[in-house]
Amino acid sequence: MKALITTCLAAALLMFGSLAQADLTIEITRGSDRATPIAVVPFGGADALPEDVARIIHDNLARSGYFDPLERNAMFERPTTRDEVRFGDWRALDVRYLVVGTASQEGDGYRIQYELMDISGERRMLGEVVTAGNGELRGAGHYISDQIFEAITDIRGAFSTRIAYVTARGTGDDIRFVLHVADADGHNSQQILSSDEPILSPAWSPDGRKLAYVSFETERPAIYIQNLNSGERVRATSFEGINGAPAWSPDGRQLAMSLSKDGQPEIYIMDIGARDFQRLTNNSSIDTEPSWSPDGRSLVFTSDRSGGPQLYRYDLASGEAERLTFTGNYNARGRFAPDGESLFLIHGSDRGYQVARQELDSGRLVVLSDSGQVESPSVAPNGTMVIFATQQGSRGVLGAVSADGRSSFRLPSAEGDVREPAWSPFLD
Amino acid sequence: MQLKPYAKCLALALSLAVLAGCASRGGSEDGMAGSADGSRDGAAGTDASRGGQVSGDRMGDGAGQQDDARIPEVRTIYFAYDSDTIQSEFEPVLTSHARYLRNNANASVVLQGHTDERGTREYNMALSERRAGAVERYLNVQGVSPSQIDVVAYGEERPAVRGQNEEAYAQNRRVVFAY
Repeated sequence: MKALITTCLAAALLMFGSLAQADLTIEITRGSDRATPIAVVPFGGADALPEDVARIIHDNLARSGYFDPLERNAMFERPTTRDEVRFGDWRALDVRYLVVGTASQEGDGYRIQYELMDISGERRMLGEVVTAGNGELRGAGHYISDQIFEAITDIRGAFSTRIAYVTARGTGDDIRFVLHVADADGHNSQQILSSDEPILSPAWSPDGRKLAYVSFETERPAIYIQNLNSGERVRATSFEGINGAPAWSPDGRQLAMSLSKDGQPEIYIMDIGARDFQRLTNNSSIDTEPSWSPDGRSLVFTSDRSGGPQLYRYDLASGEAERLTFTGNYNARGRFAPDGESLFLIHGSDRGYQVARQELDSGRLVVLSDSGQVESPSVAPNGTMVIFATQQGSRGVLGAVSADGRSSFRLPSAEGDVREPAWSPFLD
Repeated sequence: MQLKPYAKCLALALSLAVLAGCASRGGSEDGMAGSADGSRDGAAGTDASRGGQVSGDRMGDGAGQQDDARIPEVRTIYFAYDSDTIQSEFEPVLTSHARYLRNNANASVVLQGHTDERGTREYNMALSERRAGAVERYLNVQGVSPSQIDVVAYGEERPAVRGQNEEAYAQNRRVVFAY
């Protein structure tokens, strides 16, 4: 028995900001043809609870692209424990894995018992009792989703993570910008900052406790670092010109950024504690959108030194920058996959701007998204999904695509344009 | 004014009225090759479609007929796709602002640079700074003191109009004179 969920969630819970009604919803736009069939049976006793935990798990697994959960109306029986499972019946439905459980109120919180079954092996793979505090039922669902995902795929689940994003409503001089943080499934959105001047480029600190972002609230750009638990924040830079594209070093001690204080945008590294700056690039072209490699030894950034935007890799030991992208005329805003072996980036072509993945060894570039106007890709900490901003009609929405490009979904918002998603690191 | 290589290319293309030929070298500005030809039309589109930013006769508000004590009415100029080159049709606008600033040494202006929404946000931030910088150099050459000019790059963050079409893009590729 584990009771870790309470502490884990408390740490992730933001202690300020209002619980907004503007949660994002999810529409799966493309299912993977290689998804594993699984069934998540409604949990016994769950009808009396405020959240349908089995539905949360079902939706998480479906969204991952790794699983194709059986619809409830196709289930002939609804076992709640292993003893009630008739393996042959589920085999007949071509289901490979089965999740059953019960959920009930216990004191001020909840008690959830679940089991994961391998249908062909007729064996139990997981069994656990999870306790969750008041208001933490969704978190419990994400925790259980993480356990199931890892037990079957051997990949750590990222369902308990969060996303930061920016919404904008209005046009011209009358735009309201709001920085939000929400659960990775779009629920529990909370306002972090609201301004009638632009907010952009949110970036999570590696410990998941802080966000760096660019805000124009003083009518010019400045980079701020905000503690999500306390709400406390500092202005990191407010030089003349552009203060943009903050990116945390893997150890959380440094912030790479683009500053144009010396004439044109150059890449700098700021030591956050010492507040001193090291300039990495020095030329007459645009250098922006830095992102650290997971090993902290290099940064990828966008530069138009060759005429148009392409990605370059700056090696911190040698001080040399090497061009990485050669496919097409527009490759920008690179982000390393967590394993450091590939980059996610925006690739522009006559088909628009799309999320692409480039393997660093081979240089091979593969376009992942299928909509024409995509920005701001951000990789899940387990590397399985990329979230991005795109258009649905004339509205900005968030979309996501699996790292193999096989499945995708969208998170439309009830209000305004949604943009600039940033996927948090693991939060425990 | 210093012309970067692509700006030279663009100026040539404009003079030949074959903008698409230049842009096909690849999208280094806020759009991609292939959608360039429409932008010229859009940039020269009707004032009515530009909302409140532009009032009066844009072309006519040049040197010669302005009251030097008044801020020129036309305070937005537009740019071609993939370009920070000041188009000749907007030179009278810049000249009128240069004259106003020269004659009113206490006045100062913030040049707000903008791009359309295509391409990445931080890269567009840099492109919009280039556009505002081109205007700043033009004013400096015309004798305006650098201390009177400030530049803020907004990138694609503050579109004048919404829409995913060339007309909207053309109205958003702009530098605004904010006094």
